[in-house]
Amino acid sequence: MKPGFLAKNPSVLTFLLVLAIFTLAITFLSDAYGSGLVSTSMVKTLGKTLCLCLIAIAMDLIWGYTGILSLGHFAFFGLGGYMVGMWLMFARTRDIVLASAGGALPMTPQELSDAIASQIFGVVGASELPTVWAFAGSLPAQLALVVLVPGLLAFVFGWLAFHSRVTGVYLSILTQAMTLALSLYLFQNDSGLRGNNGLSGLQNIPGIEGAGQDAVSVWFLWASALALALGYMLASFIVSGKFGSVIRGIRDDEARVRFLGYSVESYKLFVFTLTAVIAAIAGALYYPQAGIINPAEMAPIASIYLAVWVAIGGRGRLYGAVVGAAFVSLVSTWFTGGRVPDVNLGFYTVKWVDWWSVLLGLSFVLVTLFAPKGLAGLVDLVQGLRPPRRGGTPLGPDDGSLQEQEAVE
Amino acid sequence: MRTTLLALMAGLCLALPGFAQDSAPQPATTEVTQPALTGLAAVLAAHADQIAKPSRQTIGPVITAIGAAGPGAPAFLEAWADKRVGQRKDGAFFLIEKTTDGYALTDPMTGGPSGTALKADITELKPNSGVRGLIASALVEFQLMDPDPAKRQAALDSLARDGGAEHLGPLRAAIEGETDPMIRAQKERLERLLTIRFGATSEKRVAAINSFGADLSLDLRGALNPILVTTRTAFASAPSGNIAAELRAPRQISEDEAYALLVAQGLAPARLTRAALRGALEAHIENGRVGGFNVADLDTPAARDAAYTALEQAGTVPAAATDDEVTAAVAAHRYADIYTEPDTAVTDAARAAMKRITLKVDAMQMADLGLDALSLASIYFLAAIGLAITFGVMRVINMAHGEFITMGAYTGYVVQQFISDYTVSILVALPLAFLVTFLAGVAMERLVIRHLYKRPLETLLATFGISIALQQIFKNVFGTQARPLTSPGWLDGAWVLNDVVSISYIRIAIFVLALIFLAVFLFIMNRTRLGLEVRAVTQNPSMAASMGINPDRINMLTFGLGSGIAGIAGVAIGLFAKVTSELGSDYIVQSFMTVVVGGVGNIWGTLAGATLIGSLQKGIEWLNPSNTLAAQTYMILFIIVFIQFRPRGIIALKGRAAGD
Repeated sequence: MKPGFLAKNPSVLTFLLVLAIFTLAITFLSDAYGSGLVSTSMVKTLGKTLCLCLIAIAMDLIWGYTGILSLGHFAFFGLGGYMVGMWLMFARTRDIVLASAGGALPMTPQELSDAIASQIFGVVGASELPTVWAFAGSLPAQLALVVLVPGLLAFVFGWLAFHSRVTGVYLSILTQAMTLALSLYLFQNDSGLRGNNGLSGLQNIPGIEGAGQDAVSVWFLWASALALALGYMLASFIVSGKFGSVIRGIRDDEARVRFLGYSVESYKLFVFTLTAVIAAIAGALYYPQAGIINPAEMAPIASIYLAVWVAIGGRGRLYGAVVGAAFVSLVSTWFTGGRVPDVNLGFYTVKWVDWWSVLLGLSFVLVTLFAPKGLAGLVDLVQGLRPPRRGGTPLGPDDGSLQEQEAVE
Repeated sequence: MRTTLLALMAGLCLALPGFAQDSAPQPATTEVTQPALTGLAAVLAAHADQIAKPSRQTIGPVITAIGAAGPGAPAFLEAWADKRVGQRKDGAFFLIEKTTDGYALTDPMTGGPSGTALKADITELKPNSGVRGLIASALVEFQLMDPDPAKRQAALDSLARDGGAEHLGPLRAAIEGETDPMIRAQKERLERLLTIRFGATSEKRVAAINSFGADLSLDLRGALNPILVTTRTAFASAPSGNIAAELRAPRQISEDEAYALLVAQGLAPARLTRAALRGALEAHIENGRVGGFNVADLDTPAARDAAYTALEQAGTVPAAATDDEVTAAVAAHRYADIYTEPDTAVTDAARAAMKRITLKVDAMQMADLGLDALSLASIYFLAAIGLAITFGVMRVINMAHGEFITMGAYTGYVVQQFISDYTVSILVALPLAFLVTFLAGVAMERLVIRHLYKRPLETLLATFGISIALQQIFKNVFGTQARPLTSPGWLDGAWVLNDVVSISYIRIAIFVLALIFLAVFLFIMNRTRLGLEVRAVTQNPSMAASMGINPDRINMLTFGLGSGIAGIAGVAIGLFAKVTSELGSDYIVQSFMTVVVGGVGNIWGTLAGATLIGSLQKGIEWLNPSNTLAAQTYMILFIIVFIQFRPRGIIALKGRAAGD
């Protein structure tokens, strides 16, 4: 990193400070390392929220800065989770099998792998370890796969899509189709990833049985915060330089950037693959905290919710994405948790568990219509930044036509 | 003249069986002069002992005699087989029915009631299963000649399910007197089917097999399949018996399978399995060592084999078949699939017949698959045609399109709550669904989409917000469980061409509906003022506005039209799918795919897209029928790849209209 980067980007410093204070505060309020004011499950929720903020940053990079509305980034998130989940489940089952092994002879590798396989795949009626689990026994290999598998998938998909000049809504639909295909594939029992049962028991980390869930949750909070901080710095580094100018140019007018001699496809492909990797890392940190992953998490709707968060937070600025993801997912947890008091309208009682989605959907429409800048637009309001007013109705139906008052002047 | 004669003959035939039953076997048909024991009563009295204590070996002639004894005999036999016959102390037989304190008696001759009896006075007859079987097959003969056609039909049906060799005779006898041409044809067919399996000579059986040609029906295949059953057998020398195919050891039959066959037939000792090896080693652990190896070192197969060999040499465990021995044993034997049916001529004929049938069945299955694909394509087309208007013509991504489909289905459900006649309610629901979704579409266009024409990606998001909200509202109003949308009775059932090809009427109706929609769409777009204005606004809004067209109004109407068609599609889809709040979202991705694959802005493209996707999905399902999820996955992958090569779809617009 160049010296002076933080000095040039004061918002990054602010963000890091806020994040550090938040993490420290939660640590000192947690069950394991502090007063116990914040419950372990709350720590987990906050840790998960940080992971969601990280994938929101990825979404902001690809959508807010590059203008590609990808509806497939949650697929990469899920893939990351699956990759790390395979190791967690395999290693834990191996420990259990070894601990409960009967017989006088030590197990051969074949016997061990058969025993593990019948433990893991008993639910889907299989007893052999599928080939995709070949590296599941090794943590470094699976961690490498967290990056490699989604990265490679994004690279191949992006290469195909960008080089055939699929753009705009077509690309969005295509990414959505990819997500649907992936989740449908994983829903099958013979996909080798336990079908709709998914992977479970991920909250138990093998090798550190000594530490309780209260301590582990704080560690993961720290890991998530660190990943978020690094992701934020990386993203702001990318968007602040010349590279950032080019991708913003692609967002605003792709053809013009291409005519200026830039390889638009390569830029897009780079951003697409990079954000997929960030999303995968976020997923790899998220699912050990959630404890369970199944293909439903990767359904197309999840990726659209991701777009919702970023849009509500404010596209085109990194802190907007973070604020949006944190705000919407926490409020969503709060509302759907059933702890919000019902509103009695006399003739009808509004139960928020039922009506929260309606509220979210409608507020999303309103944000899109009236506040395209999202929550981050409030910052502009405070700083007194306003877009130029072009009053009056347009004189013609075309883009950028003169408006009444301009015509008068 | 001839017809009169035929009718006369038929009448005679009809009369004959009854006449024959009355008169033939009994010498004493003069009931008036000998009131005491005639017909059935005489037979029963004559064989009272054997009837009371029947034995399988000797009862045959008695049953035949009873069967020939005239009126009441079938009912008596039926009751006898059902253990509903009792013998009174005086030796007379009655059909009995249990009452609270004894039995109600029925006279077997007349079928009329003949008083009651105490429990102690009656001995219930309980023939064993062998005797009951004989009775049942004797009964078949009666039922096949029963004057009531319904009973004859029922007897034929039960015979078709489990006919045996003993039924062949009665069946042949029953063909002659049959008057109903339908039942006669069935009887003749059944006779041939039974001949295939139980015929006396192989010539007759082969002739019966060949008489069917390439008939497709399931019952023929049911008769041929048992003949072609094979068992895999190992032989020390040349194979004997009716050989279907001889198998060469390594290629056609794997070594493991061959050896398992040898072990099963006792021709070779069992192989030492890994588990048995482990057990043997564990049984011989001494001081932490087995055969000179440390137990802790025995964690590889090679080490275990070595330890076992050491034990073998020490003589503590029996020698087990090694891999070399297994190979040698497998090579020393020959293997063949042997038909259970010993008759070569019959199996050859059956195999040839099966080959003909399979060929025809395959062709028919292809036709069936084609019909399935067509019907799926029409469903996709229905779901996508609304999108073809909103997305294809106006370039507005409407993620709430699926919810409009759901809205149409729920409209149909609500209408059925008020109108109980299903036909009327569907006729009411179709226009009403159009109206409801038309209004919803217009409202959405006015309130939301109008502001976002310049920002297509955000239209996607805003309409998605509406989709989330609508879906949850449906859940809140109608609950999460599926609601019934019942199709009218005349749409139930299927149009069955033969045992292989059939298509349900509802799918035909949807196909017709899709064709109607296509025609309506083409008419509106190409023949009406509205269509002209829509095309004008799509191609060049400012020029259209200069010509006095109001683009706002046209956009509103177009969007309403697209949404309204989605509503009607919803009613149609709701008729065969479960009506839940997720109904529409199940189709939304496929609908977009259909439009994109087909080519945006062209209804023929949408049609082509639907056909491609429908037939593709059915084709992949056919290759892997157990797994529809995989079929969908591969279909989507195919579409993704397809779009790489034709990004503008099958039918791409050219020139200025293509826009961007």
